[in-house]
Amino acid sequence: MASNEVIGSVMVVGGGIAGMQSSLDLANSGYYVYLVEESSAIGGVMAQLDKTFPTNDCTM
Amino acid sequence: MNIELLTNTQVQSIDGDPGHFKAKVRQLPRYVDISKCTSCGDCEKVCPVDLKSEYDEGLATRKAIGRKYTQAIPGTYNIQKSDPAPCLLACPAGLNVQGYVQMVKMGKYQRALEIIMEDLPLPGVLGRVCPHGCEDACRRCSVDEPVAIRDLKRLAADMYDPRDIVIECLPQREETVAIVGSGPAGLSAAFFLAKKGIKSTIYEALPQAGGMLRVGIPDHRLPPEILDKEIQVVTNLGVEIKTNTPLGADLSIDDLMKDYKSVFLAIGAHKGIDMGIPGEKVNGVVQGVKFLKEVNLTGKTKVGKKVAIVGGGNVAIDVSRAAIRMGADEVTIVYRRTIKEMPAFEEEIKAAQDEGIKIRFLAAPQEVIAEDGKVVGLRCIAMEMGEADSSGRRSPIPVPGSEFEIEIDQLIPAIGQRPDLSSLENITGLEISRWSTVETNDISFATDVEGIFAGGDLQTGPWTVIGAVAQGKEVAESIERFFDGTDMVVGRDPIRYDDPQYRPVESDEPLMAREAMPELPIEQRQGSFKEVELGYNEESGKKEASRCLNCSFCCECGECVTACLAGAIDHDEVVQEKEIEIGAVILTTGTDVFEPDKLDEFYLYNQSPNVLTSLEFERILSATGPTEGHLTRPGDDKEPEKIAWLQCVGSRDTNNCNNGYCSSVCCMYAIKEAVISKEHAPAGLDCAIFNMDIRTFGKDYEKYYERSKEQGVRYVRSRVHTITEIPETGNLLLKYVTDTGEIVEEEFDMVVLSVGMEASKSAIEMAKGLEIELNDYNFVKTDEIAPVATSRPGIYVAGVMQGPKDIPYAIMEASAAACSAGKDLVEVRGTLVKEKVFPTEMDVTGEEPRVGVFVCNCGINIGGIADVPAITEYAKSLPNVVYSEENLFSCSQDTQEKIAETIKKEKLNRVVVAACSPLTHEPLFQETMKNAGLNPFLFDMANIRNQCTWVHSGEKDKATEKSKDLVRMSVARASLLEQLKYLSVGVSNPVLVVGGGVAGMTAALNLADQGFPTTLIEKSDELGGSARQIKKTWKGEDVQSFVGDLIAKVKKHDQLEVLTNSEVVDAHGFIGNFETTVKVADEDRVIEHGAVVVATGGQATDTEEYLYGKNPRVTRWHDLEANLEKYPDANSVVFIQCVGSRDDNRPYCSKICCTASIQQALEIKEKNPEANVFILHRDIRTFGDRESIYQEAREKGVLFIRYEKDKKPVVTETKDGLEVSIFDPILQREVVIEADLLNLATAIESCDNKSVSSAYKLPVNAENFIMEAHAKLRPVDCVTDGVFICGMAHYPKPIGESVAQAQAAVSRATTVLTKQTVEVEPIVSEVNTDLCIGCGLCEATCCFSAINLKPVEGQGYKAETTSALCKGCGACSVACPQQAINMKHFKHEQIIAAIRAGIAAS
Repeated sequence: MASNEVIGSVMVVGGGIAGMQSSLDLANSGYYVYLVEESSAIGGVMAQLDKTFPTNDCTM
Repeated sequence: MNIELLTNTQVQSIDGDPGHFKAKVRQLPRYVDISKCTSCGDCEKVCPVDLKSEYDEGLATRKAIGRKYTQAIPGTYNIQKSDPAPCLLACPAGLNVQGYVQMVKMGKYQRALEIIMEDLPLPGVLGRVCPHGCEDACRRCSVDEPVAIRDLKRLAADMYDPRDIVIECLPQREETVAIVGSGPAGLSAAFFLAKKGIKSTIYEALPQAGGMLRVGIPDHRLPPEILDKEIQVVTNLGVEIKTNTPLGADLSIDDLMKDYKSVFLAIGAHKGIDMGIPGEKVNGVVQGVKFLKEVNLTGKTKVGKKVAIVGGGNVAIDVSRAAIRMGADEVTIVYRRTIKEMPAFEEEIKAAQDEGIKIRFLAAPQEVIAEDGKVVGLRCIAMEMGEADSSGRRSPIPVPGSEFEIEIDQLIPAIGQRPDLSSLENITGLEISRWSTVETNDISFATDVEGIFAGGDLQTGPWTVIGAVAQGKEVAESIERFFDGTDMVVGRDPIRYDDPQYRPVESDEPLMAREAMPELPIEQRQGSFKEVELGYNEESGKKEASRCLNCSFCCECGECVTACLAGAIDHDEVVQEKEIEIGAVILTTGTDVFEPDKLDEFYLYNQSPNVLTSLEFERILSATGPTEGHLTRPGDDKEPEKIAWLQCVGSRDTNNCNNGYCSSVCCMYAIKEAVISKEHAPAGLDCAIFNMDIRTFGKDYEKYYERSKEQGVRYVRSRVHTITEIPETGNLLLKYVTDTGEIVEEEFDMVVLSVGMEASKSAIEMAKGLEIELNDYNFVKTDEIAPVATSRPGIYVAGVMQGPKDIPYAIMEASAAACSAGKDLVEVRGTLVKEKVFPTEMDVTGEEPRVGVFVCNCGINIGGIADVPAITEYAKSLPNVVYSEENLFSCSQDTQEKIAETIKKEKLNRVVVAACSPLTHEPLFQETMKNAGLNPFLFDMANIRNQCTWVHSGEKDKATEKSKDLVRMSVARASLLEQLKYLSVGVSNPVLVVGGGVAGMTAALNLADQGFPTTLIEKSDELGGSARQIKKTWKGEDVQSFVGDLIAKVKKHDQLEVLTNSEVVDAHGFIGNFETTVKVADEDRVIEHGAVVVATGGQATDTEEYLYGKNPRVTRWHDLEANLEKYPDANSVVFIQCVGSRDDNRPYCSKICCTASIQQALEIKEKNPEANVFILHRDIRTFGDRESIYQEAREKGVLFIRYEKDKKPVVTETKDGLEVSIFDPILQREVVIEADLLNLATAIESCDNKSVSSAYKLPVNAENFIMEAHAKLRPVDCVTDGVFICGMAHYPKPIGESVAQAQAAVSRATTVLTKQTVEVEPIVSEVNTDLCIGCGLCEATCCFSAINLKPVEGQGYKAETTSALCKGCGACSVACPQQAINMKHFKHEQIIAAIRAGIAAS
């Protein structure tokens, strides 16, 4: 690969709510995404929350 | 499929430049194969290792194998491991101690023995005599005492006969081995050779096998029957032991080498060492080893009445205890050091003393005193411990003149042994060390003579049994390699763990005393060699085993491997290092939560179980949490009656923790937790939030706050100064001072610490490694006007890694970062993405239904309860069913292939899977349908797991019957299912941006830069919006040059058309296909576009309060700057906050005013430090690191006075200026401020958005801000698909957030605009126009304007669905009085067929 060739993929580091959103947007707009997560599953801290303000919606 | 998920992965490095980076990543093994794991959970059920659940913040346990949480993605299980446990590393034989201890804990003794016997053929022997170095290494020592590992090993061997353990042996080879010596080294070598298929014969000099185990250890410590039993473990593998067959005259090494291909010398160290004192050859002096040998082999020996033993090791103790048992009256051990240095086991020394044995410490023998050639006494000299030598060891030195004599009739020296080499003298080439041991290679134990190996005490000198066993195993490996002709050493270096990583020992690990070993009563020991240690019973064994800390997390017991019917577990997976090539990087690693341990003295977090962090409390409230959402306190499971929240723990605190920022979210989550708690608890729960300011600055947050007050949540504006625990009740006594100075003591059942966010250590490390700049608080540094760009081009940041923020804003930034990354790579968009191709779909319309039913066992989840074969058989009897089968796991990859094949082979045109939830698994099976060429909508699922075997697990028959019912219903519905096609609509890629402020221009530029033809319409005659009035951001960046630059770029961009003096008049269409009429000057122009970004902005309101407009000294916002020039000698400036915000009229916080006023106050102070500046406020809401300027303002003397909504300041005109009077809550009195200038922070309101919101059918909230599709998760999407929102049209916000949200809107719009077509969900409503009477009820019901009445010539009005807008909710179908509206895939007849089948008797 030539060193100046632009590559159509993105690495997202961290699979919390922000990382997931970035990944989805990029994959849905024509880029291949590597989503790198340190733990065994994505979801981050938000998955630990019960309900969220201000709507009291369930987090899952 | 275009997101490759790399879990358990860390980034090592990123090299390169924007557009082409190379990242090195390191992926830790999962030990579970993603393609095979079906998430059935059977492994979790058998895992013995209980660990604190991080997901439940340590309030519940989890297993070493499991998922982070039930809904985790990927759902594949994961095994957590770390370095080998210290007990394993300390064991010379490398036994998996943690593994067998856990098995003993579970009562699985057979499995425990299987684990032990991987490395050791003599479990019961070592379970008694092992010196257990593992226990010295046990990390439990740092808590209380080590786990009684040896005794647990013994329990396993007591509870299950080791001879019954199946030992897998390879097929027997031709070559054979002779082993000389049947001690532990010889037996071990024979055992491991047998496993390798190598037959060996053991030659033993003595009449009985066992070596030192037999003759060196008395029976009260190792009963001979135990040894016999375990020697049989070895002989059962075909090993022959020839006793009474010493090397020597009758058997030479050459004889052996003739008959065998290899010889292993393991003759031990049986020769006692002389003391080297006069008289030691007289009668009555006998070597300890000899004494023991006689006792052990014959049961008798000469024993004196008064016996002295010299030495301090286990042999000395064994001899002494044997002597007592053999009838000696008085036994004295003479040892030259103190008890501390004594090498014998502590428990043995104690037992000896218990049995009446005396120990003379610090005494050394000098001479044996004999009479008539017979010993009568021992002259000794007293010793004292000298100075430590260079190795740190203290040597005993004689005390001159302290000689004394003891009267004895037998002396037994036991100061050590060495190998008796007489039988090896004739072997040429064998090298002997100065300690009379045989020299070998350290790793292979090969001697210099080819084919001859040596090990055990013969090689090491006297050492431990377990050491000899370990060497035996190594020798077996060497001999195999020797036979194979491979290198005997390569690859066998021991792995070093210099800094092993283990499960951390919790500071609050509960203390548990070590279980006591039951012993034979002392009175029964005399004259008896009955075993003294009686062994644990099962109960105490389990208890003792449960003390293990599971240092390595997974204990590698292998239970999961057996339980996993899918064969998904692979403990041998290894770390993968990968290099990936990417064009851009986005960092979103989040933050840590502040740990209140650091401030434990104050908050008692570690001391009281009823002081929790907010995240722990969150788990208690959660239905999936440790209490399943039942609100109880961890201390005693009591339902609390009073809960206090303490705000700003680890935030806004530079005294205790250096976190000077506000964590931005704690006020809101505390309020939420209080509100939800009140919902969960019985009426009357008292929730009090102790705070400095309440910062509810986000959209709809202030209303939430106000509502919480109505719901009874109490707000106490005070910092609690002391917390004490009341020991009797576990309650907590809070002391605080109120605003009015009153000291209050109040008792609470629970205290929740609203902990803030803190930059995570790993994120800091990573950022440093990637050379990314951090700010003062170690969050990633960004500019206000470039909110997601890091200091390294091409690497972006989003979420709380950049600084504390709430979820919606984190999501906005995430999309903004995606926009920035995507923009960098626009020229290669679409080059690396893949699209799945399916075979052409068969048309089955009109065919007779041929239903195939697949019934899942889900491992044992279904099959273990319901009778799956019966359900499968029953399915065959149902109408239209032509095929049925059961699967172990219907969802496994191989089953998918099988189902697809069956569909083709059996010509199925409908498929029913009776398994679990369609929510999780329907998409998988629908894909299988597509792979088999069938329309995916010809599929149905019966959830017989969740709805039958899980909920009726105790009633197997009923679970089976109900499963049949569900299958019958599903088959009935499936027979009527129809093919549905996704509707595909072309997308036009021009895009419209409404509003020419910072948000609108940012959006337009980012769109145009990506090649989308963009039209920007602005209602006024110039671009720039409200930012034109702002000089600087709060971080000091020049806003005017930023806006000017934006305007210039917008104007000259060739993909961007700017229409000023323009307004949206009307719009039609849907996502991908909008037609918008724009009024430009006075002309209407129609623009076709695929998406629209709404950025209609906000503005500062006017006010009639506080003499605004009546006195020239009263200004608002940035008017002040002009006024300062007008009144250069102004010495007293007052700001009033919340003018028109947070009141009944506008019940929201305008978010930016506190920061703006403080910023201006600081500027005034800078120009004129003498000026008096007052800020009159209701709460100071400097969220995030804006808190730093609040602090700066206070340091520089800006005075902050709080007022309540119903006690507003009063402004009056005076001769020289103004007078502001305000009630000061601290002073508790009215104060009057003379002011030269008064500046009002008036509310920010939405600009007129009526035409836009009505054109695109965008709902607005009560305050006229446009509503997003979901307040939390879709903060820039509008309710209407294809419409996106940003900037102050959404809510008041600072410039940085407007920029981020604009970029986010672009990212979201890009997901539409880059598509050729958009697919419309086929599950939409369908009108039967023959039945429709045009009543319009459907139209009135539909929230999405997806169904409308259309005039039909001659028939009045008929309803018509716009499929692209329909969300498939079914509300119209329900509303229709004519039943003229059907939902596709959920047609009336399909649902009714299922119900009919359901109520029909099976």
